[in-house]
Amino acid sequence: MKSSVIIFPGSNCDRDMDVALKKFGFKNQMVWHNDAEIPKSDMIVLPGGFSYGDYLRCGSIAGKSRIIKSVINFANSGGLVLGICNGFQILTETGLLPGILQQNKYLNFICTNVFVKIKNKENKFFNRINKEVLELHIAHNEGNYFCSNDELKLIEDNGQIAVTYCDEKGNDDEYNNPNGAIKNIAGIFNKDKNILGMMPHPERMIDPFLSGEDGSLFFENLVGSL
Amino acid sequence: MKVKVIVTLKNGVLDPQGKAIQQTLNGMTFDNVSEVRQGKYFDIEVNESDESKAKSQVEEMCKKLLANLVIEDFKIL
Repeated sequence: MKSSVIIFPGSNCDRDMDVALKKFGFKNQMVWHNDAEIPKSDMIVLPGGFSYGDYLRCGSIAGKSRIIKSVINFANSGGLVLGICNGFQILTETGLLPGILQQNKYLNFICTNVFVKIKNKENKFFNRINKEVLELHIAHNEGNYFCSNDELKLIEDNGQIAVTYCDEKGNDDEYNNPNGAIKNIAGIFNKDKNILGMMPHPERMIDPFLSGEDGSLFFENLVGSL
Repeated sequence: MKVKVIVTLKNGVLDPQGKAIQQTLNGMTFDNVSEVRQGKYFDIEVNESDESKAKSQVEEMCKKLLANLVIEDFKIL
C-alpha cells in the first residue's frame, strides 16, 4: 500500500500524517509541491497546515502549484485522494470538491476535540468502520463550510456529505456546530467518493496515551480498503 | 498599464469581519452605520499597452485565482 503526502511551504501536519500512515502499514513517501510527478501511489494525501501562509484565500495558492496537475489527473482517474484541514481547503480551491471553507462564524481559531457523525459508509474511507460517531480533533480558523443552495442540494442528493459535527450521541444539530458550517458539514466527498476532504484530523487520534483511538479506526479501514 | 480590481463577498454571504467592524463603529458612536462589507483590492501591473487586452487578461486572472466565484464577485475598475 503506497501513499504520498504532498508538502507545501507552510504545511505542518505532513509529518504527523506520515507517522500515522506508516503506523497502519502504508509505505509512505513525501512529495515536494514543486515536483512535476507523483511517484506511483494508491492514495495521495494533502496534509493540514497553512500553505503559503494562507495568502489570498486558504489553499488558493497551493491549489495552483506545480504538483496539483498530477493530483487532479490521479483523482480524475479514480485514485484515492484525502485532504485534511488545509488539504480540504486546497481541494475546494482546485475544484476537485465543491464549495469553500470560510472563516469561522465567530472569528475564533478553534482547537478542540469534536465528535463527528459518519453520514455515508459506501466508500473506501469509512466502509468498515464499526461506529457511527468518531471523536477527532479540529484546529482551524477557516472551517466554516459554505456552498450555494443548488450545490448543497446536489451534494445531499449524491450522498456527498461524509461527516458532520455532532455530540457524543450523534446529534448533528445547530447546538453542535463549532464553526458555522452549513448543515454542520465537517467533510465531503466528490461525486464518485474517491476524494475526501475534511476538517478533523484523524492523524491526531492514533494513540490512546496521547489522545484517542478513533483516528486509528479511520486508518485501519483505509488500509483494508485499498 | 495598471489594472485595479476589487473583490467583494457576494450579497447574502456571511461576512463576520464586516459585522465585527460594523459593531465596533456603532460602539464608537457611529450609530448610523447599518452594514459593513469587507473586500480586497488589487493593483496589477500588466506589461501590455492595449487597455482592453490587459483588462480581459485580468478578468481571466480574477476568475482563475483572485476571486473564488463560489462566494466572491470581482469588479475591474
